[in-house]
Amino acid sequence: MRDVAIIGTKSTKFGELWDRSLRGIVVEAGVGAIEDAGVSGKDIDALYIGNMSGGRFIEQEHIGALIADYSGLSKNLHIPATRVEAACASGGLALRQAIMSIASGYSDIVIAAGAEKMTDVGSDEASSALAAAADREWEGMAGATFPGLYAMIAKLHMYRYGTTSEQLAEVAVKNHRNGCLNPIAQYKHEITVDDVLGSTLVADPLHIFDCSPITDGASALVLAPAEIARKYTDCPIYIKASAQASDTLALHDRRDITTLDSTVVAAKRAYDMAKLGPKDIDVAEVHDCFTIAEICAIEDLGFTEKGKGGIVTAEGETAIGGRIPINTSGGLKACGHPVGATGIKQAVEIVTQLRGEAGRRQVDGVNYGMTHNVGGSGATAVVHIFSRER
Amino acid sequence: MPSVPRFWRNIGSRYNLEGTRCKECGEYFYPPRNLCVNCRRLGQIEPYKFKGTGKIVTYTVIRTAAEGFESQAPYILAIIKLDEGPSLTAQVVGDPEKIEIGMKVRSVFRKLGEGGERGMIYYGTKFIPVNT
Repeated sequence: MRDVAIIGTKSTKFGELWDRSLRGIVVEAGVGAIEDAGVSGKDIDALYIGNMSGGRFIEQEHIGALIADYSGLSKNLHIPATRVEAACASGGLALRQAIMSIASGYSDIVIAAGAEKMTDVGSDEASSALAAAADREWEGMAGATFPGLYAMIAKLHMYRYGTTSEQLAEVAVKNHRNGCLNPIAQYKHEITVDDVLGSTLVADPLHIFDCSPITDGASALVLAPAEIARKYTDCPIYIKASAQASDTLALHDRRDITTLDSTVVAAKRAYDMAKLGPKDIDVAEVHDCFTIAEICAIEDLGFTEKGKGGIVTAEGETAIGGRIPINTSGGLKACGHPVGATGIKQAVEIVTQLRGEAGRRQVDGVNYGMTHNVGGSGATAVVHIFSRER
Repeated sequence: MPSVPRFWRNIGSRYNLEGTRCKECGEYFYPPRNLCVNCRRLGQIEPYKFKGTGKIVTYTVIRTAAEGFESQAPYILAIIKLDEGPSLTAQVVGDPEKIEIGMKVRSVFRKLGEGGERGMIYYGTKFIPVNT
């Protein structure tokens, strides 16, 4: 297998982009990443795009072909373009496909993109599309919603470990604070614990401010074999590990409701591949689709013991300047969660941190960064580890 | 809510808690599975009707309802571990203030939801606390 590096990145603004189309935002991200990498269209061998539900959100399938076409990579260049889907982990999966394509020797320069255009439908339709990431027949037909599934994780976490609503709220407070420092973030205002606890209850114990929003946005990366990466950039960021794991589709079939075994297994595979452990990671973007999801993630990735996620968050260990800064981009909560784009945006943020270009949200002394992208309530997890050194 | 055939083909399971069991390893499945997750091709699947008793593993009170369930909100949604072993997602009928993790429940036949004003009404299994 060949080593792989990221040589270019770009995210569009995340938010309710009423005046933009899916193809418009993907082209902006793709062209930006290509310019950042200093490659030309004819150098590109393949394109992978993560997109959860073009069919539901914009009544458009065949997203790979659409994006290649409007990126000018079809008519004359005819590059292979593939859409990948694993619900909210679609972006992380697109990155993994691009890495494998280069590592295997099949391709050299590859685009990994992710995009979702969610505001062309009403919020009921968007919620229904998102609920399709769970088991429609045996969860959805019982009346489950996505917040409802994570609420059941939260309820048991509180019962078993004494986690509090205030500790959950601290996740949202921190991520909004980080989002204020990120130019592309959907929300750039600080919130307080009282704001979260005073917001509408969606599914006990989760309030609306415990939930990530509905967002439009696109992100793109350009990847190359490590041995030629320095031809394009002075600061390639190397992939140290790419790992993926599955678990039961329905939450009720899991070994343990408060642990995402897919995360535990993907993380173990990633740590083994990189010959690293949780203590080596300096900064991480984790999948905080709900505040409880970040608590579970930092436990399941090994950054803290099971049951201690709420405590360490409230103590500031996951803030910028803390022991292990989590979601410096603002996370899904404040940067926004255009589902197919999220896994790629997480990698854009970690590359930005490793290059030392994160401005006011820069973490000091970053050598290794991690991304953690989850599909559904944990049926898919994708973990990547990145480094400045090959 | 689902199309008529999609709902209809699972009516036995939805109305009567009919699941399956693997004769090879003894594991019970609800929702039903036709391939044993432990024995895979070597398993021997047979139908099994669950007793309908179990306990609440975790729960929530849904305030923002799923599509088709709007008229029922707020409603209690729970993961229930049946006495035979498997867990399922279902609604619990009762006072949200009196529901607790670990509480014993039994199955009841109830209306699940409706497909709009003129659509069909969907029935299925919900649960109630056993001491009421």
